[in-house]
Amino acid sequence: MKMSGAEIFIESLKREGVKHIFGYPGGVILNIFDLLYEDKDIQLILTRHEQGAVHAADGYARSTGKAGVVLVTSGPGATNTITGLATASMDSIPLVVFSGQVPTMLIGNDAFQEADIVGISRPCTKYNFLAKDVKDISKIVRESFHIATTGRPGPVLIDLPKDVTSAKAEFTWPEIKIRSYHPTLEGNKWMINQAAQLISKSKKALIVAGGGVILSGAHRELKELAEIANIPVTMTLMGLGGFPGTHSLSLGMPGMHGTYYANKSIQECDLLIAIGMRFDDRVTGKLDAFAPNAKIVHVDIDPTSIKKNVRVDVPIVGDVKKVLTVLNRVLKEDIKEQWEEVRKAWLKQIEAWKQERPMSYTYDEEVIKPQFVVEKIFELTRGDAIISTEVGQNQMWAAQFYKFDKPRMWLTSGGLGTMGYGFPAAIGAQIAHPNKLVIDIAGDGSIQMNIQELATAVINKLPVKVAILNNRYLGMVRQWQELFFGERYSHTHLEVVPDFVKLAEAYGAIGLRATKPSEVEPVLKEAFKIKKTVFMDFVVYWKEKVYPMVPAGAPIDQMLFEEKKEKEEKKLKAVK
Amino acid sequence: MRHTISLLVENKFGVLSRISGLFSGRGYNIESLSVGETIDPLISNMTIVTSGDDQIIEQITKQLNKLIDVIKVVDITELDHVEREMVLIKVAPRQQDKAEVLRITEIFRGRVVDSSQKTYTVEITGDEKKIEAIIELFKPMGIKEFVRTGKIAIAREGVKKP
Repeated sequence: MKMSGAEIFIESLKREGVKHIFGYPGGVILNIFDLLYEDKDIQLILTRHEQGAVHAADGYARSTGKAGVVLVTSGPGATNTITGLATASMDSIPLVVFSGQVPTMLIGNDAFQEADIVGISRPCTKYNFLAKDVKDISKIVRESFHIATTGRPGPVLIDLPKDVTSAKAEFTWPEIKIRSYHPTLEGNKWMINQAAQLISKSKKALIVAGGGVILSGAHRELKELAEIANIPVTMTLMGLGGFPGTHSLSLGMPGMHGTYYANKSIQECDLLIAIGMRFDDRVTGKLDAFAPNAKIVHVDIDPTSIKKNVRVDVPIVGDVKKVLTVLNRVLKEDIKEQWEEVRKAWLKQIEAWKQERPMSYTYDEEVIKPQFVVEKIFELTRGDAIISTEVGQNQMWAAQFYKFDKPRMWLTSGGLGTMGYGFPAAIGAQIAHPNKLVIDIAGDGSIQMNIQELATAVINKLPVKVAILNNRYLGMVRQWQELFFGERYSHTHLEVVPDFVKLAEAYGAIGLRATKPSEVEPVLKEAFKIKKTVFMDFVVYWKEKVYPMVPAGAPIDQMLFEEKKEKEEKKLKAVK
Repeated sequence: MRHTISLLVENKFGVLSRISGLFSGRGYNIESLSVGETIDPLISNMTIVTSGDDQIIEQITKQLNKLIDVIKVVDITELDHVEREMVLIKVAPRQQDKAEVLRITEIFRGRVVDSSQKTYTVEITGDEKKIEAIIELFKPMGIKEFVRTGKIAIAREGVKKP
């Protein structure tokens, strides 16, 4: 029996196990939306902006490990997905985005709502397709899910011209054959042995774990490695949750806003084992001065990540989980070391650094410190919540003061640094995990970038919680201006910030506010009790800065800390 | 250092743009590029000349390999290989230089492929040095324009001694 392109498309999605699509309709994609009107198996979540749809699918993907699916129309519908695609691309998140396109005959004619989305999205997707023939649809859908979810994951875009979704063909489900795409999964045995040798010879070994640990599902293997050879672990922003944040071997996050002891350890270690991370400039600081004493072992599934920024002594291309499984076996069976004895001095040194400069902030009784809010969220949820963030100070405080013990509970735009990511991502995660507590830790600037998704949260009865750390500034940029631009706050003071409580209520959500430290806990407790979308407006000290901080381009052990003078400033005013 | 990279790629639309986009997006330079179909019409061969230090060339070959439409990447510079380029030169010599143009063409084993009252169009094939040499020789005689193909390259097969 012949089926329309749209029917073939829906059947293909079902065979890929798709249950949820995030999307927004429009003219040329109606063939498909029409079929979703009464479909029992696939639920379409209508967002209020296509960017929100892509971030929601991204949050869905990060919290489940499955590909997030998006369906939008041509032209502006498609171009609105670009920020979301670039966000997912930088963080290696599997997404499959379908965009409508004008009929094949009109492509290139500057037709109404036409955009060359295949051309526009090329640099920010792992791969993209233009479906030119109805007979190719099922094959393309199958290949897109395969490409998006295997190897180093990433977003894939498929452009579907209107005439292709209305044309008819027999349904087929062809096997995947892509002759030029074979990601290397198994690490080279000889290299893994080399790495094991280096580990056994090193006195001061350190693991730097990145997002690859989470993408590969290697958190158990990583913990085992750290525990076998007694190696401390620092987790990059993308790697948080890949190793338990409360573990005694955890050093928290390294880099620009990392802990003192993580950065000191990197600079002092004699062996740096980089696992599923790519030496981003926010992690390395000044490259020439990075880990000067260390031999470097680098495990990554993407060969282009290796030796891109730093020299590597032992490169291992492969899937982190598979590589670590072999490495752990070699360490357990072939190498007899008294690991505790070997690392004693090193761990003692690290402990001394921890004592010297622990991760801290100065509590204040009169005004709310943003770190205090994050600490309270951690305390009340006991770490059992999915946390998303926006970008800027809110993101860094969340990364510093919330301890992630499990993977896939932390959703943040690391590579691209996309403001407006957190709220839709939280919506996507809540769709995937209806019974989990999902909290977006936001800033008053970022939350306004996709605030229209309040409607999506309310109409789908999603109990997403949004904690706005409201300082009425674009805080991170303001911090740079204070430190490096002579306190010239050019266009970072937002001046008019909406009344977030009333705004939430206008959308049919619940709004709560805290202006004093004593109100923080009651507001959080109440919010967590309510089974509805809640906005919490925490009016925080406007001048609070994220510390420690490594100025851009400096070596990572040249850190700025909160000055004494600031600590002693008694008369803090919440509102300037 | 200059490198000649030979690629086998899927012969379908958009592939050239993926490859050129890789170079422009990462700030690498393409000095020349030529594309043609192979014996299998579904596969094209591409020869790219680029330059950079070892680390950059390593990144370029890895990044090319990572592209899904790229089947094979060989940095042919490291192998024993043959390189060729073709140029079409339109010369407009004075009356007294006409014989010299034909003589140079012969020395370089070129051919005159078109002529008019005032011009000869000469076809020359060879490696880069040869092409550059003939351009230099023709310059004083008045080159009207010339068109170069960009380099193509192929690895040599070893010859076994009997």
